[in-house]
Amino acid sequence: MQIVVDLNRCQAYAQCVFLAPEVFELHGEETLMFMPTVPDDQQERARRAAAACPVQAILTGEQAGPGEW
Amino acid sequence: MSGEPWDGRIVIVGASLAGLRAAETLRDEGFTGPLTLVGEEPEPPYDRPPLSKQVLLGKARAEEIGLPRRRKVDARWKLGVRADGIDPVEKRVLLADGELLPFDRLLIATGTRARPWPNPAEARLDGVLTLRTSEDAARLVERLDAGPRRVLVIGAGFTGSEIASACRERGLEVTVVERGPAPLVGALGGALGAFAATVQRAHGVDLRCGVTVTSLTGRDGRFTGAEFSDGSRMDADVAVVALGAVRNTEWLAGSGLAAGPRGLACDAGCRAFTMYGIVTDDVFVAGDVARFPHPLFEYQMLALEHWGNAVAQAEVAARNMVTTGPRRRPHLTVPVFWSSQFGLNIKSVGVPTFSDQVVIAQGSLRERRLVAVYGYRGRITAAVTVNQAKWLEHYQFLIETAAPFPPTTGAANGIAPAAPVPSDVPDPQLLSHGPTVALTGHLPDRRLTLVPPGPVPSAIPRP
Ligand SMILES: Cc1cc2nc3c(=O)[nH]c(=O)nc-3n(C[C@H](O)[C@H](O)[C@H](O)COP(=O)(O)OP(=O)(O)OC[C@H]3O[C@@H](n4cnc5c(N)ncnc54)[C@H](O)[C@@H]3O)c2cc1C
Ligand code: SF4
Repeated sequence: MQIVVDLNRCQAYAQCVFLAPEVFELHGEETLMFMPTVPDDQQERARRAAAACPVQAILTGEQAGPGEW
Repeated sequence: MSGEPWDGRIVIVGASLAGLRAAETLRDEGFTGPLTLVGEEPEPPYDRPPLSKQVLLGKARAEEIGLPRRRKVDARWKLGVRADGIDPVEKRVLLADGELLPFDRLLIATGTRARPWPNPAEARLDGVLTLRTSEDAARLVERLDAGPRRVLVIGAGFTGSEIASACRERGLEVTVVERGPAPLVGALGGALGAFAATVQRAHGVDLRCGVTVTSLTGRDGRFTGAEFSDGSRMDADVAVVALGAVRNTEWLAGSGLAAGPRGLACDAGCRAFTMYGIVTDDVFVAGDVARFPHPLFEYQMLALEHWGNAVAQAEVAARNMVTTGPRRRPHLTVPVFWSSQFGLNIKSVGVPTFSDQVVIAQGSLRERRLVAVYGYRGRITAAVTVNQAKWLEHYQFLIETAAPFPPTTGAANGIAPAAPVPSDVPDPQLLSHGPTVALTGHLPDRRLTLVPPGPVPSAIPRP
């Protein structure tokens, strides 16, 4: 599973950091950094984080490109 | 054509952020016809902003930054293949592998590439790199991992500054050389440029402004150092050339489209112009390669190298490709972007270079937390926040409603805002870095060339 965050939208509310600290982290005061490829054991947390983001800035999904099913 | 969904063949050239989001939107809009995406890079679509951030910091690997899809697109993907030209009469794209791809509608989303070091022999030295692709990033990370004694960054735009920030965070010595008066000055003007210079120096960057690199030196094919216009020289193990971007329009040379070094011109509905300034109805443009008119900026053609613009413009272009007449939409989004460097979250809304004055409306340079508001002839045209992102939406509203400049309210800290000062946006010609927001005039293309009468020019030799 891949994630991308629309950092124009992100307000650094950090709900995602709280819910999936291995995938999202605050770097400095309000810079969000995320791990684009989510490890298998973190997917459920990442999905929950995406659902909880107050500005819906997080997109999760399968890798885009050929070989979709 | 009435309420029926449009059907025909669609080809998208450029399979990165804009190409992908356009493909998804086409399907969302009900397009069921054949769809082909052509991309020169072998990788499926990936996200570029992490290349100069998470990837350089070692928090994500360059091979692991793929973009998630929003939905299945049921397309044919031709990756690792370049498009070499368009035959506008027969409506075909010519691919480097010889295939001729017929289309009814075409989307051009070929983006930009890193501007190379102008001296090819020096550019080939082992240790001289650029940063645009995941491959570039993998190479740079390998060099940084090897613990170079010093990294030289040429150009202090956003990419160069982010690279310098990552180097410092990794404890590496870094020198940044910029021909202009300050880092980021091309996009943000004088006041924030001076601020960026202070921040870089406080983080231990050896920043040299008003200086150019005159030559890169090497030994046995390996980069060893550089000579500067002020007569000094320096040893370094790695040089990163961050001189801005070049638009990928050369492949359109024989297409008859208004494509040039500043991008491919289109109307507010993302329809490409021909070189005669006539709008086409079957060729569309989106993302970093596009130049489009914006009503908030006196209908000047804007060329934006921003993630958010690639997404928004791709969505509008895709929708307009499969609808007609009054159901088509304009691409009027107010430009926005972010950058993170030296622990600061820098965000922008509007076009800071479209300004004559700037005022620090909230916070201060000293606190490293501020809102700079830009005005042009008495109205607000842009705002840039540093660690104050929550204010962006407020200023976006002021920009959209052409609110008067200087802003009257907003000083939440109760302190009257400072007096506006000239915004000091330099001529981009005088900078090492290219501004990522460029106003490019009103004409579809200044470089009109006369074509002799006869068949329409075509990149594809016909038998
Ligand atoms: C290091 C870096 C950091 C960035 N950071 C930020 C940031 O913090 N904030 C922000 O807003 N933006 C940032 N950006 C900019 C953002 O990534 C771009 O705006 C975005 O990638 C534009 O997408 P695009 O699809 O228009 O073009 P591109 O991503 O450039 O994709 C164009 C694609 O077309 C392909 N192509 C070109 N010519 C041809 C051809 N003839 N035939 C076939 N394929 C072709 C290319 O290989 C490429 O894959 C950053 C960019 C870089 C490089
Ligand atoms: S929850 Fe959403 S807004 Fe908050 S930090 Fe995460 S992505 Fe940003």
